[in-house]
Amino acid sequence: MNSGRYSLRSSGRNDDGEGHGATRPGGRDIAAGDVLLAVEDVSLAFGGVKAVTGVSFDIRKGEIRAIIGPNGAGKTSMLNVINGFYQPQRGRITFRGRPRPHMRPYEAALGGIARTFQNVALFKGMTALDNIMAGRTLMMRRGLLWQLLRLGPALTEETHHRHRVEEIIDFLKIQHIRKVQVGKLPYGLQKRVELGRALAMEPDLLLLDEPMAGMNLEEKEEMSRFILDVNNHYGTTIALIEHDMGVVMDLSDRVVVLDHGIKIADGTPAEVQGNQAVIEAYLGPEPSR
Amino acid sequence: MATDAARADTFPKLLIRNARRYAGRPAYRHKDLGIWQVWTWEEVLEEVRAYAAGLARLGLKRGDTMAIVGSNRPKLYWSVTAAQMVGAVPVPVYADAGPDEVAFVLAHSDARFAAVEDQEQVDKLLSIAERLPKLERIVYDERRGLRDYDHGRLRAIADVIADGRGALAEEPALGQGLDREIDAGRGSDRSIILYTSGTTGQSKGVVLSAIGCINAASDTVAFDQLTAGDEALAYLPLAWVGDHYLNYAQALVAGFCIACPESADTAMQDMREIGPTFFFAPPRVFEQMLTGLMIRMEDAGPLKRRLFHAFLGVARRYGEKILNGERVPIAGRMLYALGEFLIYGPLKNVLGLSRVRTAYTAGEAIGPDLFSFYRSIGLNLKQLYGQTEAFLYLTAQPDGKIYADTVGAAMTNVDLRIAENGEILFKSPGMFVGYLKDEARTAEVMTADGYVKTGDAGFIDPKTGHLKIIDRAKDVGRLNDGSLFSPKYIENKLKYYPNIREAVVHGDAHDFVCAMLNIDLGAVGSWAERNNIVYGSYQELAGHPLVYDMLARHVEEVNRSLAEEEAMARAQIRRFLILHKELDADDGEVTRTQKVRRGFVAERYAPFIKALYDGSREADISTDVTFEDGRKVTLSARVKIRDVETVPVPVLEKVA
Repeated sequence: MNSGRYSLRSSGRNDDGEGHGATRPGGRDIAAGDVLLAVEDVSLAFGGVKAVTGVSFDIRKGEIRAIIGPNGAGKTSMLNVINGFYQPQRGRITFRGRPRPHMRPYEAALGGIARTFQNVALFKGMTALDNIMAGRTLMMRRGLLWQLLRLGPALTEETHHRHRVEEIIDFLKIQHIRKVQVGKLPYGLQKRVELGRALAMEPDLLLLDEPMAGMNLEEKEEMSRFILDVNNHYGTTIALIEHDMGVVMDLSDRVVVLDHGIKIADGTPAEVQGNQAVIEAYLGPEPSR
Repeated sequence: MATDAARADTFPKLLIRNARRYAGRPAYRHKDLGIWQVWTWEEVLEEVRAYAAGLARLGLKRGDTMAIVGSNRPKLYWSVTAAQMVGAVPVPVYADAGPDEVAFVLAHSDARFAAVEDQEQVDKLLSIAERLPKLERIVYDERRGLRDYDHGRLRAIADVIADGRGALAEEPALGQGLDREIDAGRGSDRSIILYTSGTTGQSKGVVLSAIGCINAASDTVAFDQLTAGDEALAYLPLAWVGDHYLNYAQALVAGFCIACPESADTAMQDMREIGPTFFFAPPRVFEQMLTGLMIRMEDAGPLKRRLFHAFLGVARRYGEKILNGERVPIAGRMLYALGEFLIYGPLKNVLGLSRVRTAYTAGEAIGPDLFSFYRSIGLNLKQLYGQTEAFLYLTAQPDGKIYADTVGAAMTNVDLRIAENGEILFKSPGMFVGYLKDEARTAEVMTADGYVKTGDAGFIDPKTGHLKIIDRAKDVGRLNDGSLFSPKYIENKLKYYPNIREAVVHGDAHDFVCAMLNIDLGAVGSWAERNNIVYGSYQELAGHPLVYDMLARHVEEVNRSLAEEEAMARAQIRRFLILHKELDADDGEVTRTQKVRRGFVAERYAPFIKALYDGSREADISTDVTFEDGRKVTLSARVKIRDVETVPVPVLEKVA
């Protein structure tokens, strides 16, 4: 399955969810509160369209960081840069103390960065359980042949992974749909399954792209609860893009505001809420008297 | 077995007997993390002993009460037995009860300990902690989310068990002391206190004795021939008398296995996996199962649909007769056998009913069509009747004597009487000791010669010898022209329609009868889908004119059925409205067992009732809706009122 270059990450999590056990390859251990990921002077352009220009901010370990801004501000582009989907023309990302030039998405994943997508990118024909198991792929050590024959070590490994996945299913309360084809599920549940798949990787950093999009109030409250629980229970650092101001203010520790590709504010929710530039970006400039 | 049970006069003693006699047989199952875990009787005894020792070490004493709050989980059932081992009295509380309800029960019962399921219940208790000065310890089953809580008063049940186990191994004196406590238990001891969510007034704590429970359960185990090889799914609320009776008492008496589902959502799937041999469900659940089936059948291919309906016809003709053991022509039997192979067998399989030998329903009247349907496909569905004060069983239908409109003959050793005013009275092995701390109401509910008044009106059907329930005695009233008005009788007829989830009719001391209806979202929603009706919310669907048309037709059918009975002919419904929201236990409109609180509903919906009787075409209302966490929100609505046709009844002289 994978080339064996990266060692199997021993999942040091017990039922109480006490944090990560072993270290991930590449990068050092970061203490809670220290900078986990730093974005330095990143610029990304698609031809003439300047998606992101000279943006710098950091994400500290254990926090929930929101990236907000009006439509077209460059938020998803920013996330894609962190994830490795886009390579910025300028600037660099430093993850766990090591700069990451030209990082590919799978390298980001191996390094401990997981993400969800705005429009849900699940395998529609597979069951919820299989989708979340797919998130364990990077941790599967035994090769294709072993897994086909399902002999001893491969079986033990699969049982172990299944155990972890069942814990996630229990955590997200989706037991009743574990064998349901994901394509048949309502939107809110699909989003939950996708969150589960991201969690299956046991990420250090979880990127959520508009997790509340298309949800009603009840669903938003549930998703917010899950996000908080993930942060509390697993200790995962979370960066999320979100439009619902209420959610952002309630959930996040710190907020970065982008507008037209430029960072216009960075601070706690309270600080950002009162920031004049932010208000103008959303509501337009004050009419001149 | 009867003599053995007689020697074992408390539930802990029964557990010890079972561990000896059924040692390696499964006793409890629980689906956790996707797989079924199982504990044998021996293992259960070991766990519960360790648990009891642990609880004793935490300070639980004889005479204390211990609240049990949560859904069906082995550790919570074991909490009941562990408390009983030490001589404490368990007090189960409904898992979905709000903070106020829980505070009332715990304060009223002076609970010192509480065994709860998970973080949600712990949070609930902590939020009302100041109202419960006597509550000292909270033990919990599910660890998730509780890691960072202050564990001064909190402890995980698994830790209590481990602590008890270790202490029992190190100090033999502890084990001996525990055994002495178990031996000291007497049949006359208070075994459990079940709070009955009254349809009027505050909950009352029904105190039951150990020997009463065991004797009653022994009778019904013999009646239904339950053995240690049976399996049941425990999915109905733990705090409900039925669960304590069917899943706790009967299981301990007979030695059969109880399976706890993974979660409320997966209960029906889990049932399929377990294949219980005994099944109980309120009529609502049977109805939902059938509706779900019919909905799925609508989406099947034409061949399957035709086969399905054809064989259901066969079942209707021969099914019940075959089940009742009556004579059926050979051709009929062969056709039915083919139907069993093609349709009824797979159907029962999908519903998880393949291995069910005996199924019961109770709680409210079941529609005769629904009842016949299940019997016709070979499910031995029977009715029973009882109440918490009787420790459930008062009557049950014996095999071979099943009728859709009775609730059965008196159970073994139950002495049933009908008072002059039609109220049903009883004396039974399982009857309660009294209401906790409420001698006044206990006395109110007993007659001079020691019979308990059920509060239900009924009569013994001369043809069958079975009991027939009319209504709650208090609710039977009269219209202004003197004719009899039994709201429940009419409501039951309305509720037989899958589209109508709940009905409340009004008419006492009025000129005519009106009805307030709740639609069933599942049935009406799927009907709306198939008929291209768009709706954005329950309120919108409930107000849709086509839905009103459909329900008006149902009401008119009910009127025609009422017109055929002389006593009921004048109680036909003239006007009705569809409520904008479902009647909900959280709002206090129905009890936790879904029985309508008539007085409360009449008060709350007074504007509607006024509009129904003053001829208005519409009515406005503003109601408070309570969420499970106690938050309140106001919901306003304007609801339409519909007149319906009644069958003209010849004017009789005014009844005296």
